[in-house]
Amino acid sequence: MNISPDYFASPSDAGTLSRLRDKLELAAEAEGLLDVAYVTIDSPVGTLLLAATPKGLVRVAYDVEDHDRVLETLTQQISPRVLRAPKRLNAAARELDEYFERKRRVFDLPLDLSLSTGFRQLVQRHLPEIGYGQTRTYQQVAELVGNPKAVRAVGSACATNPLPVVVPCHRVLKADGTPGGYIGGRAAKTALLRLEASA
Amino acid sequence: MKQPFERIVQVHGGTVLRVCRVILGVHDAEDAWSETFLAAMRAYPELPDDANAEAWLVTIAHHKAIDVVRARKRQPAPVGEIPEAPTALGLPGEGDHDLWQAVAALPEKQRQAVAYHYVAGLAYSEIARLLGGSSDAARRAAADGVKNLRKNYLSASREGAPS
Repeated sequence: MNISPDYFASPSDAGTLSRLRDKLELAAEAEGLLDVAYVTIDSPVGTLLLAATPKGLVRVAYDVEDHDRVLETLTQQISPRVLRAPKRLNAAARELDEYFERKRRVFDLPLDLSLSTGFRQLVQRHLPEIGYGQTRTYQQVAELVGNPKAVRAVGSACATNPLPVVVPCHRVLKADGTPGGYIGGRAAKTALLRLEASA
Repeated sequence: MKQPFERIVQVHGGTVLRVCRVILGVHDAEDAWSETFLAAMRAYPELPDDANAEAWLVTIAHHKAIDVVRARKRQPAPVGEIPEAPTALGLPGEGDHDLWQAVAALPEKQRQAVAYHYVAGLAYSEIARLLGGSSDAARRAAADGVKNLRKNYLSASREGAPS
């Protein structure tokens, strides 16, 4: 008889572990240890990763950003106590579904903007003032936040928006009306603009 | 660089479950697993980035298992007893009840040494740190454990269906 780790394994381990994992999620939340909860959802612009702290939604990430890398960044910047925990993201997932089904125009979610600071956060706070289906140029947003010369800084605030879709940086375009860059790629930006235009 | 805790659960959850099962039997293994990972999640931010996460988890599981055994000793249920019938939740080693009987029959030190060396892959020096005593003693306990397991398990399965 050769003793190997597999010797004490069982066909039902996967089911047992998934049940224990769910229990851990509940216990961690109850004990205040769930610093970052995340889930992934399907959407017309690809799989989205949603992450929330106890304060609110902290990150929406596109597939092209590499979700593993995004989770590592959350680990470094917020806390390593990161668990896949769909429950905390239920409301965010539902609102995003409604948005993609054109049943929702405004997101009503607590947000945690702690991943950005200073001027970038200021810009991101103002972006929801651009209504559904509308667009602004980077120049107009610079004026909106009271710093008309900071066009480039507005550009980088949009490019580093940790909450794309929910904080609508996709509604900010270049002066010539072309979409400009986007964290989820130009195709995703165009898809969101088209979705809102046809509603 | 530190991994998200989710990754720790995914990568090491199975090993910790098997370690707990060998130490405590099927019945109490799940409670010990839950206690281990909750305590680990609490302490995780303080774990050094270059630490061996699995050895760290096994150390926590070792202490949680001691707690479980202590709590069990205060209850009327006999130590090391294994449920007779599989439950709807699914017992490990279905049809291999004899293996778990043989594991449960091992002296505690041997059972721990087998779990930590053969299941968790800890070095004998690390096991010695957990169990007290020397590395040689840990090596002997693991070897004796395997010898007893082989003897008891094989004799039991020979009485049953010959393989």
